[in-house]
Amino acid sequence: MIGSPGREQVSRVLQQHGALMVLAALVIVGSLAFDSFATEGNAASILVSSSFTAIIAIGMTFVIISGGIDLSVGSLFVFGGVLAAYGSQYGLFVALALPLAACGLVGLLQGLLIARTGMAPFIVTLAGLLGVRGLMLAISDEGATTYLVKDSAFAQLGQGGVLGLTWPVYITAILAVAAMILLQRTAFGQNVYAVGGNEQGAALMGVPVARTKVYVYLMSGLLAGLAGVLNAARLSSGVTILGIGLELDVIAAVVIGGTLLTGGAGGITGTIAGVLLLGVIQSLINQVGNLTSAFQQVVSGLFLALVVVAQRLLGRAQRLG
Amino acid sequence: MSQSAAPVLEARQISKRFPGVVALDGVSLALFPGEVHALVGENGAGKSTLIKVFTGVHRPDAGELIYNGSPAAFGTPLDAQRAGISTIYQEVNLVPMMSVARNLMLGREPRGRLGVIDTARMYGEAERILAGYGVVTDVRRPLRTLGMGVQQMVALARAVAIDARVVIMDEPTSSLEPREVETLFSVIRKLKDDGIAVVYVSHRLDELYAVCDRVTVLRDGKVAHTGPLAGLERLKLISLMLGRDLDEVKSGGLTRFSRDRRRAGKRDGAPPAVRAEGLTRRQVLHGVDVAVWSGEVVGLGGLLGAGRSETAKAIVGALRLDSGRVLVAGLPLRTGSTTAAVRAGAGLLPEDRKAEGIIPELSVRENIALAALPSLSRAGVVSDAKIDKVVEVFMRRLKIKAASPHQPVQELSGGNQQKVLLARWLAIRPKILLLDEPTRGIDVGAKAEVQALVDELAEEGLGVLLISSDLEELVEGADRILVMREGAVVGELSGDDVTEDKIMASIAERGAESDG
Ligand SMILES: Nc1ncnc2c1ncn2[C@@H]1O[C@H](COP(=O)(O)OP(=O)(O)OP(=O)(O)O)[C@@H](O)[C@H]1O
Ligand SMILES: [Mg+2]
Repeated sequence: MIGSPGREQVSRVLQQHGALMVLAALVIVGSLAFDSFATEGNAASILVSSSFTAIIAIGMTFVIISGGIDLSVGSLFVFGGVLAAYGSQYGLFVALALPLAACGLVGLLQGLLIARTGMAPFIVTLAGLLGVRGLMLAISDEGATTYLVKDSAFAQLGQGGVLGLTWPVYITAILAVAAMILLQRTAFGQNVYAVGGNEQGAALMGVPVARTKVYVYLMSGLLAGLAGVLNAARLSSGVTILGIGLELDVIAAVVIGGTLLTGGAGGITGTIAGVLLLGVIQSLINQVGNLTSAFQQVVSGLFLALVVVAQRLLGRAQRLG
Repeated sequence: MSQSAAPVLEARQISKRFPGVVALDGVSLALFPGEVHALVGENGAGKSTLIKVFTGVHRPDAGELIYNGSPAAFGTPLDAQRAGISTIYQEVNLVPMMSVARNLMLGREPRGRLGVIDTARMYGEAERILAGYGVVTDVRRPLRTLGMGVQQMVALARAVAIDARVVIMDEPTSSLEPREVETLFSVIRKLKDDGIAVVYVSHRLDELYAVCDRVTVLRDGKVAHTGPLAGLERLKLISLMLGRDLDEVKSGGLTRFSRDRRRAGKRDGAPPAVRAEGLTRRQVLHGVDVAVWSGEVVGLGGLLGAGRSETAKAIVGALRLDSGRVLVAGLPLRTGSTTAAVRAGAGLLPEDRKAEGIIPELSVRENIALAALPSLSRAGVVSDAKIDKVVEVFMRRLKIKAASPHQPVQELSGGNQQKVLLARWLAIRPKILLLDEPTRGIDVGAKAEVQALVDELAEEGLGVLLISSDLEELVEGADRILVMREGAVVGELSGDDVTEDKIMASIAERGAESDG
């Protein structure tokens, strides 16, 4: 046998579940330090505010595992929200279908460009980021028009709920479980790992590389749109000034969750842990009081750097091991 | 095999051109059910290209494929696989980060309820399949944590497990141990009995004669010969491959790298070129001592997993050690630093070229010059003329077949990539050179060339540590042999004791067989 299985395993577990462990540790520390942290209200607010990022991050996890990146999700998130609010005047169905169709189409186009022409995902989705934001501004008079949600059933989708949590939290949970099964237990999921791990090899093993990539970007577009839809329902309006830089937060959460930016490895559990971790950090900083949200970004940034360094070291331990 | 049966797969007048090179030029080949067909030729002769045309990776520029009696054109490897053509490509083409089981079962995972992959069954099935190939391992481990040989067995198991009518193997034995080669052969014989056609590519002639029925020789993209293998003399086969007269081959000693004496190395009080003391790493190496003096070639013998590659890696600081130290020319090296090792003049040609050596997008020239840049530059400015000279010398000596020095290395044939990497380490003019399977995938002609070059460098005072699964190569190339087993040096052979039998005996000594 080559290498020592013990060390290899330890580093693999750390890689996959490091975010979860840190999350647990932070929650414990937070509960001990602040009385107002471990309250139901606070937990609910962390879950609710994290759920939108989480939905997008689920799609991003697939993209990154497949060896790509999707920078368009922040724009799709606002675009989806504005379209949903606009569509709500025609009823619940249009409020859902219009934004999902539009965002799905954008994702599909990006996927086709990336998979069929071999253009770099970074470039294609950067174009998507700019183009979609432009589209959103175009339908909202340069962002001046904020459509209000006219359909109360639709608003309920974002505001209603049970057991102190709103529907988006439950939807996120369902999506996360579905994504986990999709990734670990279906041929499509296996193909995503294979494409990200060794694209050429995957093609020779008979993996439909192009199709897999198209699906991955389609999914990411759909999920970003869905997050926007739910957010519009929550806010009862299609706010146009959201989502700038959101793609970076999402990527950060995914990477913190242990998914390798180089593709081929990662998972949904880690991503959810990563998203919650960022949410908890934010909440803790709010607890401290007189610290601004700028500070939160500094902490998140430091954390990300730490994780990437740790990943490198772990990766090397696995290689040398 | 019966020649009267209709061929299952046939190539008719296939041509394939790449920029600057005609890889295939009107190649015809018929493959019959139940035959093992050897496909041979020098590096760059077009073997892999022909295979890739068969399997839909490349579209031929001219000619047609006939599969099961009707014209076929596979658009993708998947199409070919679905139609029943299963292939092990030359480069082990699996996904290193995925688990062994998932690699093995990719595309045909067992389904449970709701069409979801049944992981328990997948692991069980993977274990069972691999056990049939003598591989016993935790199938949940990432593939990359296993040795090259085991990875190749996984690729083999994967290809054979697919319900195929044609199985194509492009140099399947390049990373295998003799014992694993035996397993492979029994698999091939079973395929043959089942009426499956096998295409077998290898540069090891012994293997061809052991399992193949017929042979097709490619030379410069053309068929130089095709016919039954039995009765075709070895030297005749070589002469067909090289395109030279039989007499010339006979007198040139192209097959045998004859060594009449064994050098002793310069032990005149000077410290050895490299000395490793007590290299230890839990479960891998247990106090390995190795010394190589300048001017000698020391062979490392042993089975897969005996710790040979790990020893070489440890010496150049590419494997973390629990204890032990390495001295180059008497001076201790900073441990765990490959940079320090290269600076001190130790170069390692690694076993896993794809992952650890070749930079596919760079040109032949850049790949060769990479490690030698410091010595080819003055005050940080690289001398183009000097690089050209070095590159020219090695491309000629090693007969590297490329359209030009500026061709990206990934476009070269497998054997030629290998030569490029070898050239890189030779170009740094090292004091000590560690070669891990240096002639893997290299054709007969070039192999002798490489061996001669190594020998010449040793004459000039270089110390060489040679790792090879090919006992013949060890015996012919080494002055002295250290035999390793289970992470320790268990024997040393020198002088007249350096024979294949003695090495085998030393490996087998002291009972229990290593588990690889
Ligand atoms: N993708 C490519 N682009 C350009 N040239 C190529 C490409 N693939 C192969 N070639 C060229 O085609 C020729 C035949 O290569 P091929 O890989 O078929 O050789 P081979 O017989 O398999 O050799 P080896 O024994 O070294 O594996 C070589 O000259 C090689 O450089
Ligand atoms: Mg080849």
